[in-house]
Amino acid sequence: MGQTLRVTVNGEGRSDEVEPRLLLVHYLRETCGLTGTHVGCDTSQCGACTVLLDGAAVKSCNMLALQADGAEITTIEGLAPEGGLHPLQTAFWENHGLQCGYCTPGFIMAAAALLAENHDPSDEEIGRGLEGNLCRCTGYVNIRKAVKAAAQAMREGAAAPIGG
Amino acid sequence: MAVTQLIGARVQRREDPRLITGHGQFIEDHTLPGLTHLAVVRSPHPHARILGIDGAAARALPGVLAVLTAADFHKVLSGSMPVTPAFAPEKKYVPERFPIADHEVCFQGEPVAVVVATDRYLAADAADLVQVTYETLPAVVDPERAMSAGSALVHSDGPDNIGWDMTYAGGDIEAAFSRAEVVVKERILQQRLAPTAMETRGVMASYSPYGEQLSLWLSSQNPHFIRLFVSGAMGIPESRVRVVSPDVGGGFGSKISPYPEDYLVPAASKILGRPVRWIETRTESVMTTIHGRGQVFTAEAAALRDGTLLGLRLTQVLDLGAYHGTFGAFQACACLMSGGVYRWEAISARTVGVLTNKVPTDPYRGAGRPEGTHLCERMVDRMADELGMDPADLRRKNFAREFPFVNNFGLTYDSGNYDGTLDRALELSDYQGWRQRQAGAREAGRLVGIGLSTWVEICGFGPSAATAGATGGIALVESAQIRFLPSGSVAAYVGTHAHGQGHDTTFSQLVAETLGVPLEAVDLRHGDTAEGPAFGYGTYGSRSLSVGGMALYTASQEILAKARRLAAHLLEASPEDLEFTAGAFTVRGNPQARKTIQEVALASYGGGLPEGMEQGLEAVSHFDPPNFVWPFGAHVCVVEVDSETGAVEILSYTGVDDCGNVINPMIVEGQVQGGIAQSIAQALFEEVVYDEESGQLLTGTMLDYLVPTMNELPTPKLDRTVTPSPTNALGVKGIGEAGTIAASAAVINAVCDALRPLGIHHVDMPASPDRLWRLMQEAGR
Repeated sequence: MGQTLRVTVNGEGRSDEVEPRLLLVHYLRETCGLTGTHVGCDTSQCGACTVLLDGAAVKSCNMLALQADGAEITTIEGLAPEGGLHPLQTAFWENHGLQCGYCTPGFIMAAAALLAENHDPSDEEIGRGLEGNLCRCTGYVNIRKAVKAAAQAMREGAAAPIGG
Repeated sequence: MAVTQLIGARVQRREDPRLITGHGQFIEDHTLPGLTHLAVVRSPHPHARILGIDGAAARALPGVLAVLTAADFHKVLSGSMPVTPAFAPEKKYVPERFPIADHEVCFQGEPVAVVVATDRYLAADAADLVQVTYETLPAVVDPERAMSAGSALVHSDGPDNIGWDMTYAGGDIEAAFSRAEVVVKERILQQRLAPTAMETRGVMASYSPYGEQLSLWLSSQNPHFIRLFVSGAMGIPESRVRVVSPDVGGGFGSKISPYPEDYLVPAASKILGRPVRWIETRTESVMTTIHGRGQVFTAEAAALRDGTLLGLRLTQVLDLGAYHGTFGAFQACACLMSGGVYRWEAISARTVGVLTNKVPTDPYRGAGRPEGTHLCERMVDRMADELGMDPADLRRKNFAREFPFVNNFGLTYDSGNYDGTLDRALELSDYQGWRQRQAGAREAGRLVGIGLSTWVEICGFGPSAATAGATGGIALVESAQIRFLPSGSVAAYVGTHAHGQGHDTTFSQLVAETLGVPLEAVDLRHGDTAEGPAFGYGTYGSRSLSVGGMALYTASQEILAKARRLAAHLLEASPEDLEFTAGAFTVRGNPQARKTIQEVALASYGGGLPEGMEQGLEAVSHFDPPNFVWPFGAHVCVVEVDSETGAVEILSYTGVDDCGNVINPMIVEGQVQGGIAQSIAQALFEEVVYDEESGQLLTGTMLDYLVPTMNELPTPKLDRTVTPSPTNALGVKGIGEAGTIAASAAVINAVCDALRPLGIHHVDMPASPDRLWRLMQEAGR
């Protein structure tokens, strides 16, 4: 028995009939076809499923789709305009912040929420901001480096004159 | 090999744009029209007899297409899952393993039935409705107890629980010990680990009866071997099976061997005539994906008072689990490498592989070499402690220095400079400074310790002579194919498989540099058995560059040889008079007479070729390495143990490694950082725990299985020395496992050093607060 879910996903308003038990991550992946959001653990430790819900980082495998009713959701696919890269994406690329890349969308989304609140996070603040995300490949060294680089790029970008 | 524009350059990875934007193609991102979903009904018991399976309630759910059991699968699958013979054990008992249990389950999580439904939630619901009646049998959990004569049996029809028993003896061990002035003994545990790739396993299959075609997508390090195994079990010609291993979210060894689902999913597709997909949950992963390590070592080392090492005698009791892992016998590497970087008069190393009612163990990042290194480096530190020598001095006194160096078991280390990496590591870590600070800290009652690990590994599997027997006939060489298309773009195929290692970048750098074409002109492909050479050998054992990269290099050379002949023909010169630089052939002394390789490629598809030359410019090459390769290094860890809580803080971590020539230093550093993290995770945090009596898994989620976060891991200081391998034209070794092989010993040696003032000489892993607190309490009594 479906219920109506109304959400905005990556700027696009949607209305879908969904089963009450459908998890948000499966709604995004299968109903919306946005497969950049991954499932890594089912129990909210790994953070591979992190998306932004009204700007806050949430773990979409631990939420029902219907709990997002009325919300604005951003996934990794919607973080930057089509064809462009968000400074975090650029920084992960430039700093070798990923290897297999499975955890990467979750890290980038969690870091985006962190940088929205804190424009110049310390190592410790990055650690607190990303404590809900696990990476098995990198040892985190370059992830931390990438987040710092992105923060700097965003500060400098914000300081630049608009259109200049 | 000289550092050129591309070789040795920190080229940003070509894989990344799709991965950072959410456009990777992992297994669960693949779908097919009419896709159905499979869920596995698994045994909740570690050991039980199956008395009956009732699928009626599950079948009654709308949308459920089938409930299948062993009886159904026996109609489409045959044989036992493969076990590599590997080496020559004195005893071997290999229990038969069909992908799904038919009368007895031997580990918790073993499949007993599968459900296929139109929806994944429905499949999970239906799996819960399948009623299986069991008669529980005693579970064999502890491998040492499983060896005793009175032990219950892991398989009720087995002769005993001994899977294999094998001793390597190099030198006269009795003579070595008879000269000993000092002997140290230790019992060293290697806990079971869950490899925990962030992407779990998954399989999607589509069988077509028309022409009998099977397509299989799965998250694998080893697609060609899976094709071989599955085609054999299903009786489908290998040529009609296509295996695609797309983007893979980490492997670490856990995606080398075939798994039950690799057979059950395609078999279900054949039975139902529908495409079928199964995606592993994390709990299924911890429960049923192979575990790594799982050994109990007892060891004794003999030396003279001046620190000359004499002999090492050890027994490795290896917890096999309920069945042999397909490549599980490679764990014998722990014995082969137990002598490390040192000269010993003799080593005797016995492995007893013991069956238990647990999921099988198999290679996990390092596969035997982390265990061998940990053992050797612990014993050397114990000896230094006993002799009152600085552990760095004892190491230096015994380093192998002449290369090639033949170890006690006849293995030939290709090249090395162990003093070089140790000296640099001591300098970079400020070892002497830390020793002074440690003395001050100890006076203040603080528990600060410094640990070394000077390691070497065997990798680059492997020479055909050494590996064909170990795998049961297929030699672990590597294949590559390179093609110039008429437009000058280059398609390169390699039989290895990348799952985070960045081969698309590294191998493209290599091909572009060798052929003198822009990086953008090279399209590097792997992971699809429908393209490239007939067989690929997969990625594991740090083999991809030194074997696969060499296959690409060899294919490039074949192409250049043909291109040179054609260019000479076009330029009306003799091939010997041509120079090849910057992607063009020129006639020596006449730089105007010039043909780019792209021009030559286009011409190769035309007419008027030299006598006897066929059209096209492509080559297939296999590289059979003459030896393994032997990376090495020195790591230094400094820790402080909290005397109140037992918590370990890593104050400093330094790694200086040598993997020969390097193609992309950025990727090499990333591999080392990640490897160190995984090994620190073993040293301090991770352990698969089973209840000792019931055999129930107690660490079935990431809540209990403690993969460290960013906050638990240090930022290591890294450096490299460069000692090229003389065994391949590129002078390369391997780096994928180095950090994992090196780090656990450095960390535990540091922890033991910290606790030495309390009279504690050995600590097992994980050195958790709980374990250290108990040890400190006992020591204080």
